Amino acid sequence: MQVPAPFEYERATSVDQAIGLLERLGSSARLVAGGHSLLPMMKLRLANFDYLIDINPLHTELGYIRFAGEGAGGEVRIGAMTRHRELLESDELAAAFPIFRDAERVIADPIVRNRGTLGGSLCQADPSEDLSAVCTTLDASCVIRGPGGAERVVTMEDFHVGPYETAVGDGEMLTEVRFPLRPGGGSAYEKVERRAGDWAVVSAGAAVWLAGDGTIADARVGLAAVGPNTTGIPEISAALRGREPAEDLYEQAGAIAARSCDPATDQRGSADYKRHLADELTRRTLRTAVARARS
Amino acid sequence: MQVTMTVNDVEVTREIEGRLLLVHFLRDTLSLTGTHWGCDTSNCGTCVVWLDGEPVKSCTVLAAMADGHEVRTVEGLAKGAELDPIQEGFMQCHGLQCGFCTPGMMMTCRALLDKNPDPTDAEIREAISGQICRCTGYSTIVRSVRWASVHEAAAAQEAGAQA
Repeated sequence: MQVPAPFEYERATSVDQAIGLLERLGSSARLVAGGHSLLPMMKLRLANFDYLIDINPLHTELGYIRFAGEGAGGEVRIGAMTRHRELLESDELAAAFPIFRDAERVIADPIVRNRGTLGGSLCQADPSEDLSAVCTTLDASCVIRGPGGAERVVTMEDFHVGPYETAVGDGEMLTEVRFPLRPGGGSAYEKVERRAGDWAVVSAGAAVWLAGDGTIADARVGLAAVGPNTTGIPEISAALRGREPAEDLYEQAGAIAARSCDPATDQRGSADYKRHLADELTRRTLRTAVARARS
Repeated sequence: MQVTMTVNDVEVTREIEGRLLLVHFLRDTLSLTGTHWGCDTSNCGTCVVWLDGEPVKSCTVLAAMADGHEVRTVEGLAKGAELDPIQEGFMQCHGLQCGFCTPGMMMTCRALLDKNPDPTDAEIREAISGQICRCTGYSTIVRSVRWASVHEAAAAQEAGAQA
């Protein structure tokens, strides 16, 4: 039987109360949201804490998908406690960023998606985690709140410090993730997994924004499971900007993805196979993202 | 710590350790052993129960997280002596062999039919994709859910005709 080591259970009643508890208890305390990554680690005693602060009661405060402003300059703001199922089921979110529905369909399984949250996924910072790749692809930024209500906003690049490590410090909490809305956009996500609900062998997300003349104004590709953290590849963006969408361009992007990533051989596949997937999935998601941007 | 929750419409209050998992609270503290305890890693889904009407894997939920909430287990499916159509379907269509995955399968499939009364085979398979039947009896599970769906629709129509 796997059970976590003993800890004191605390229940959050508000964001600021939770931050107050974190401040007081320091690194001996950890927040738990859906718990589907943290509790298994605690059962295996890979993670041990004296205090666990349950933030599920904050779903009413931090479970939301809000559109702030329209078109250029607007953004989508998603609360950290928004659950996978809510991200999957939101038609508004799927219309703005189809990549979310693509990804949520293949994240874990429907039962786990009833519990797991956006904030929990990002804070777990697993290099194979799909929502981190989605957020990297969409150039999201993370709102981190600290003592006294002080907020700072960091990019995804700065948020992920390393595997299982984020920019969120002791006494701080990820409260919201923001996604810029830009005109002419399309996005897509693809994942290769060994069986339903597994971690990715490799995943790729792509987002493109087309200019009025049909050329690519900007593009981003995010990969999961092929390096220490979900990887955004600036070289691909540079290669695609200003160009006419075409098969040979996707091929070029796929080649950059394959040589830029750093996969390890493990039970899910060899490094060579993963490079092949990074190439192929980059092409496929760019193709779909462009088709969606045009429609 | 003390927790109070409603389990199958009955309010229960118990003194527990913070680290107690919901599956063990149900099985060991309340002696509701219909909920099975399987892989312990949220992969197999035999421990699925409802938390506020949503299926969850109770090996990965703390009992403390259910404090103040509503839990429903397989023991709460039947209405008195009358089986839920899902249970009847599993009987009629051989939806179980060894029976180990059955409680979780039935809780998930009941929740599916509540949201989508007429699911396709593909939708049923998607709904149970986080659950494992080690007898590999998936075809008969899908058939059992279809049986329940068809019979519920027929019963609803009959009730409508009588009204």
